[in-house]
Formats: sequence, C-alpha cells, structure tokens
Amino acid sequence: MSFKITSRAIDPADLKRSLETDSAGACVTFEGWVRDHNDGAPVVALEYEAHAAIAEQEGAKIVREALERFAVTAARCEHRVGKLAIGDCAVWVGVTAAHRGAAFDACRYIIDETKQRVPIWKKEHYRDGHSGWVNCATRTDAPAESPR
Amino acid sequence: MINVTARYFAAFRERAGRDSEALTTDARTAAELYAELARKHGFADSMTRCKVAINDELAPWDVRLSAGDEVLFFPPVAGG
Repeated sequence: MSFKITSRAIDPADLKRSLETDSAGACVTFEGWVRDHNDGAPVVALEYEAHAAIAEQEGAKIVREALERFAVTAARCEHRVGKLAIGDCAVWVGVTAAHRGAAFDACRYIIDETKQRVPIWKKEHYRDGHSGWVNCATRTDAPAESPR
Repeated sequence: MINVTARYFAAFRERAGRDSEALTTDARTAAELYAELARKHGFADSMTRCKVAINDELAPWDVRLSAGDEVLFFPPVAGG
C-alpha cells in the first residue's frame, strides 16, 4: 500500500527497506515529528484523526501523481493517527530515484499535497489544559474534553 | 424535502456534539446543506477550506443530494 494510515508506531527503517532497489541512486525521506510548541503555545501531546478509507484513497492518488510527475522509481507514505507524544513520528515519506533531484522534488510534493488534501485532523493539547484543532475556525469549548 | 444522514469529523463532531444525525432537508446540494448545518451548529469554517464526501467518496460542493445519501463533513485538514 503506497499510502497508509496506521495507529501503530511508524518504523522508518522498515519502511525505507521496502523501497530498496538496485536501480535507485538516491533515497530521500521525510519524517514529521511531534514538537513541543505551536504558535508560541507549549504543546504536551497531539491527537490525529483521519477518515482512513478516504485518506488512503486520496493519499494513493498523491503518490501516483508524484510517480507520474517526477523521474522516481518508488514512493510511499505512512501517517499515524491516535494520541502521540512529543518526539513521536507522525508522518513518514520515502522516495527513491536514479538521481537526487527528482527524489527531493517528489518527497516534497507528497508531504505538501498530503497536508493540503488528505482528510487528517490534528488536535493539540496545551500545557494549560486547553486543546484545539489546528487550522480550524470552528471552536469547541475548550477544555471540553474529559481527560482520557 | 429529502432524508439524508450527516456525519461529522474532528472539530465539527465536537462542535455538533455528535458523530452523525438523520436530517430532513430542503437543501439541494452539499453546499446548501453545509450552510444549513453551519447555522444550526455554529460551524465557523468557510466552505472553501472544508471538504465533503458523499457515501465515502470526496465530492464537489455543488453535488446534488439524493435521498438516503450519507454526507460527510470534513473541517480544514491538518495532516503532517
């Protein structure tokens, strides 16, 4: 599966191995990690939610587009959902190609399009107990969530 | 009037206080239904930043609704 939504920890070494091929002279990977702040607010945890079926459908389309647009041999992406801690890997993209230029371009294309198009949502939990959905103007009465 | 089911995700689900609801509506398109539900539940996001899916397929906002459709409302995405 070229684009996968997973609730398990992402294993970058294993994913990278799956792209190995003798014709590749370059491998570019991107890892998105959970950081401890956003817009100046201290973040203690993140929660990702997705519509898995549509996310995987749209994500596979993005990977196909990358394979068509750039001279690459293989590409895949995995995105994690559920509650993540600081430092966890939230998303992994890997691309192999004969030469580095196409691999960099395709990797960037996949992560940029994923952030724009794939139905995945991110909720930040802040140190002061509030939480909020990133990019959303629709506010839920924070802290509305009961502790889990 | 037709009967449809609306399903909400992420911020929309929390704002509406439910995962889904059965509706009887005059709305002819997904856009009209979003406008109706935005008023009802206080969704503040511009439609152009949101997405809609009908029966588990992404669809354009001007798609016409049919009786029995399941209409999925996606707030602005934030993967990565």
